[in-house]
Amino acid sequence: MTVLNENIESQTGSAAGTPRVRRRRKPLATRAYKVFRVVALIAVVLFLIAPLFWMLLASFKTNVDIYDTGKALLFSPTAENYANVLQRNNYFIFIFNSFWVAFVSTVLSLVLGVPAAYAMSRFTMHRSALVVLMARVIPGVSLLVPWYYVFSNLRMVGGFEVLILSHMFVSLPLIVYIMMSYFDSMPLELEESAQVDGLTPIGAFRRITLPLSVAGIATAAILSFIFSWNNFMFALVLSGSKTKTLPVAIFDFVSYASIDWGGLMAAATVVTIPIMIIALFTQKYIVSGMTAGATKG
Amino acid sequence: MSVLNPPRSAPARSAGRPPGARENFSAWANRHRKWLFAAPAMIFVGVLIVFPLAWTLYLSLTDSQGSVRAASEFIGLQNYLTVLSDVDRFWPAVGRTLTFTGVALVCEVVLGMCIALLLWRPFRGEKWVRVAILLPLVATPVAVGMMWRLIFDPNIGFANQLLGMIGIPPQPWLSGQDTALGTTIFMDVWQWTPMVVLILLAGLTSLSEEPDEAARMDGANSFQRFFYITLPLMMPTVIVAILLRGIDALKTFDILYATKGKGGGSFHEVETLNVYAYGLSFDYNQYGLSSAVLILFFMIIIGSMWLLTMRKKAVSK
Repeated sequence: MTVLNENIESQTGSAAGTPRVRRRRKPLATRAYKVFRVVALIAVVLFLIAPLFWMLLASFKTNVDIYDTGKALLFSPTAENYANVLQRNNYFIFIFNSFWVAFVSTVLSLVLGVPAAYAMSRFTMHRSALVVLMARVIPGVSLLVPWYYVFSNLRMVGGFEVLILSHMFVSLPLIVYIMMSYFDSMPLELEESAQVDGLTPIGAFRRITLPLSVAGIATAAILSFIFSWNNFMFALVLSGSKTKTLPVAIFDFVSYASIDWGGLMAAATVVTIPIMIIALFTQKYIVSGMTAGATKG
Repeated sequence: MSVLNPPRSAPARSAGRPPGARENFSAWANRHRKWLFAAPAMIFVGVLIVFPLAWTLYLSLTDSQGSVRAASEFIGLQNYLTVLSDVDRFWPAVGRTLTFTGVALVCEVVLGMCIALLLWRPFRGEKWVRVAILLPLVATPVAVGMMWRLIFDPNIGFANQLLGMIGIPPQPWLSGQDTALGTTIFMDVWQWTPMVVLILLAGLTSLSEEPDEAARMDGANSFQRFFYITLPLMMPTVIVAILLRGIDALKTFDILYATKGKGGGSFHEVETLNVYAYGLSFDYNQYGLSSAVLILFFMIIIGSMWLLTMRKKAVSK
C-alpha cells in the first residue's frame, strides 16, 4: 500500500512543479515496470497470506456459518471452537508435548552438533560431514521400521525418549549444516591470537569462538525447533497417547470428527500460531538459516 | 549441502604442546579435539541411521511381516522381484513421485525466480513482503493440509466459490481421481516456493553488479540482461535450490498423508513412494516388502542427487 502511495505522490509531485521536476524523467518502461511490480507483489502477498487468513476466519465460525457461502466474510465470530479444542480435547497437553520434544531435541542436537560442525569446518572433514548430512537425504520411513522394531522391544515406544531421539535425527544434520557454513565464514585470527595469549585450543573454542557464534547458534536452534515442531511422521509412529504431539493430534481430529470444520481449523490454528509468532520475532535468523551455504557456488 | 560446496580450507594447526609439559587429560583432549568434537555426533548418526539402514537392507531380503517378533525367513531377492513386477502399486507410485517432484520443482523454481527478481531491488514495504514469504515456510504441514482441505472442499470450499465468480463450474480438486495429485502439487508450491525465493534472493544479492552494468552500457534490454547475464551467473544457486528442495519434495509425506490418508486415497491417487512404503510398514505390517521398496526409493534419491551434483560441477566450472 505504501508503495502505491509513493508512486502517486511522485507523479503528482512532478506535475505540480516541486523540486522533483528537475530530475530527469524516468523512461516510460521503468514507470510501467514500477506499477507492474507493485501489482505483482500484492498478488504474491495475497496468494501467500489469503489461505492462512481463511483458516483463521473459519476457526472463528460455527459449522453452520462455514457451510453458508453467503457468510464468507461477514459472520458473528465465536470462540467456541477454541474452547472445544483446548478444553475438551486437552490440546494443552499436546502443546506441552510438542514444545518439550522440540526443545529437548534442539538442545541435545546443539550440544552434539555445534562442536562437530566446528571440527568439520576447521579440519575440513568432508567425508565425516557427508555421513551426518546423509540423514537429510534418507527417507525417514526406512529408519522408522528398525527403530520401531527395537524400541517396541525395549518397551520405549510411547515415551518421550524415543520421540526426542527421532526428532534429533531431523535437527542434528540441520544444525551441523548451518553451523558448518557459519564457522566457514568466521575468521580464524581471533581464535589464533587467543591461543598466542595462552589459551588452549579447546579454551579458545569455548571462550572466543562460541560466544562469537551466538547468532549462528540462534539460527540453527530456531530452525531446528521449527522443524521439530512441524514434524509429523516420526510422532505418528512413535508417540503414545500421553506423548502425542500437536500435528498428530490434529490428524487424529479428522478421523473422529471429519465434519467439524470449525474445530479442525481451530486446532490447525493452534499448532500454527506459536511457530509463526516465533518466526516473526526471529525473521532474520530464519532467512539466514534457510539460505546457509546456498550462495557459495 | 556444504559437502557440495567445500568450505574454504582452514589450515590444520597442530596443537603445539610445549616440550616437557605433563601429559594430562586437558592436553590429551586438546590434541585430539578434532575427533573429540566430531565423534559424538557421528556416533549418534551412525547408531540411529547407518545401523537401521543396514537392517532395512537385511529386512528387504526376508519375508518379515506381521508382529514385531514374528519369525522371518531369508528369501533372497524375492521381494525385489515382487516389487519390480508390481504394476498396480509400485510403478504408479514411482511415476507419481517423479511427477510430483518434477512438476513441483519446475513451478517452484520458475515462480521463485520471478518473485526473487521482483524483490531484488529495494522498495517500500519490503519488510511486509518478507513476512508474507516466511509464513507458509514455517506453517505446520499437517495444518496446511487441513487448511487446503477446507479451501478445496467441493461443496463449501473457497476455491470453487472463487471459480464460480468467474463462471467456471466447480472442480472436485482433492476428491477427484485425476485432480488430486495436481492439487497436492499446488499445496507444495504454496508452501515451499518461499524457500526457493529466499535462496535465489540470497544468490541475487551476492552477484556482482559489473557484468550487468556492462551489458546495460552496451544497450542490452532487461530481458537480454536476465537471460544472458543474470541467469547463467545464477545457475549454481538455482541448482543448490533444486537440490535442497528436490530432496524434500521426493520425500513428501505430511501433506499427502494429511489430506488423503492411508494409501494415498481410496484409488491411491496421491500414493507416492514414501506414502506407499509407510503404508506397507505401518498400515499393513509388510516389513520385508516395504524394506525392498525403501531400498529402491533410496537408490532413486541418491541417483537423482548424483545427477544434479554432476550438473552443478559442470555449471560451476
